[in-house]
Amino acid sequence: MVYGMFNTLKPQARQRLSGAALTVAPWLTILALWYAVRASGLVNPALVPAPHAVFVRFIELAQGRLGVDVWMSTQRVFIGVLLGVLVAVPVGFSIGWYRNVRTFVDPLINFFRALPPIALIPLVIVYFGIGEIAKTVILFYASFFAGVIVMVEGIGQISPIYVRVARTLGASDAEIFAKVIVPLTVPHILTAIRVALGVAWATLVASELIAAQQGLGALIQDASSFFQLDIIYVGIICIGFIALAMDLALRAATRKLVAWQDRIA
Amino acid sequence: MSAAAAVNVVSEPAVRIRFEDVGVDFPTAAGPMTVVDGVSLDLRQGEFVSIIGPSGCGKTTLMNIVGGFVKPTRGQVLLDDQPVQAPGPDRGVIFQEYGVFPWLTVRGNIEFGLGLRANKRLAGQRNDIAAHYLSLMGLSDFADHFPKHLSGGMRQRLAIARAYAVQPEFLLMDEPFGALDAQTRGAMQDLLLQVLSAEGKTVLLITHSVDEAIYLSSRIVVVTARPARVRTVIEVPFGYPRDESVHEDPRFASLRAQIRALVMEEYEAQARQSMRAPA
Repeated sequence: MVYGMFNTLKPQARQRLSGAALTVAPWLTILALWYAVRASGLVNPALVPAPHAVFVRFIELAQGRLGVDVWMSTQRVFIGVLLGVLVAVPVGFSIGWYRNVRTFVDPLINFFRALPPIALIPLVIVYFGIGEIAKTVILFYASFFAGVIVMVEGIGQISPIYVRVARTLGASDAEIFAKVIVPLTVPHILTAIRVALGVAWATLVASELIAAQQGLGALIQDASSFFQLDIIYVGIICIGFIALAMDLALRAATRKLVAWQDRIA
Repeated sequence: MSAAAAVNVVSEPAVRIRFEDVGVDFPTAAGPMTVVDGVSLDLRQGEFVSIIGPSGCGKTTLMNIVGGFVKPTRGQVLLDDQPVQAPGPDRGVIFQEYGVFPWLTVRGNIEFGLGLRANKRLAGQRNDIAAHYLSLMGLSDFADHFPKHLSGGMRQRLAIARAYAVQPEFLLMDEPFGALDAQTRGAMQDLLLQVLSAEGKTVLLITHSVDEAIYLSSRIVVVTARPARVRTVIEVPFGYPRDESVHEDPRFASLRAQIRALVMEEYEAQARQSMRAPA
């Protein structure tokens, strides 16, 4: 019956419907697995709150502190990524563009990239205390190195032929920068922002371990002290969905801004 | 100036590009390597000169000197009696890898040069020039497409349109059709001849295809294996405009046999070289 109805739809509508089904299917699968784990008896149900219980707790929290937590966390990630990428773009560009700078700076960059931001938290507390600045510093650090790496790799791949062609057409150095190098750099900036956002969200909870009162990391911390597993789940799921939403928004922007690219992530 | 000299100017077009005993050394780990040596050559107004020789012999370097990308170690290249300093819009360069700007539409690519300060005089005719070359190169239907949708042949047509748009006096081409399939290559050669007959330029073509050199040029310069020296200069006995019927001309076949033999000798010399000194 349902199948018959599906067939009577116009092809476009059908396509849209099956597209929506494909998007929803993995989430439904996770929900089903979640219930299955609880029902299986393999795990003590007290340790795995039911999805509907988590949802109820989400509604409760949404009327309370959750809004502020989401706002604080999003704001921290946003500021950290903004500052990190703002510095990473010119730095990464210079390293990628000037080969001799690259050989000089590469080992340094790799050293700092390999350091997990969490390992710096004790030092950051010593130097920056436990206020907003300390969290921003951690997130800045995480986004900056993620962004620099992406920029260096991307800029290094730019073919010199475009600069040569532009020169033969009469372009000056300034014109080559504005009309050739900048457009070729934009896709790498967008990728740098995407990667930095991912890393920043991953580092967020750690940065909010620094005595944060508000934020999703603080929410999770507080809940864990009282063994409120359902709240921990709410916090984790919120982080996941906000990160996903930001990524989707950025991808949409990328499609608009660099429609010329062969392959758009 | 004597009357004889004046007559001479009328009967023989002016020299536009002059190689004066040009030599180029590239630094390598094992010391400087000579890639071009003692090349002297004149290109006159409206001539189409092909340089042919084994791949890797240094013929691209010759073009790069005229283009302003490489400075000769010895001698000099004069452009209308002035030594070449840097690349410029008076010399349109067509590269084998096209170098079509992927972030601009087809029209945007053609208009790129017209928006530069160096070509200010043409800025007012921007739309007309773009429309002209879009239709001449058969790209009008794709004007607002990004190059990612174009085939190799279309990309090369776009590269030629973009170079022509700034109205260069010289056309420098480095294996321009080397990456194209045989069919497209033939069509591109015809298109090039057609465009040149409408808007003549002084052309320098680097190629390793003997047929292409004969079909397109007025003169063919065979260069030696590395370092590139002028081995022989051959006049092509066909006038312009030209079409495919030249291929059937018995002189075409004999010319081809003659040039092929020369080029093959140089390939063999190069093979012996690389056996002695692996690069």
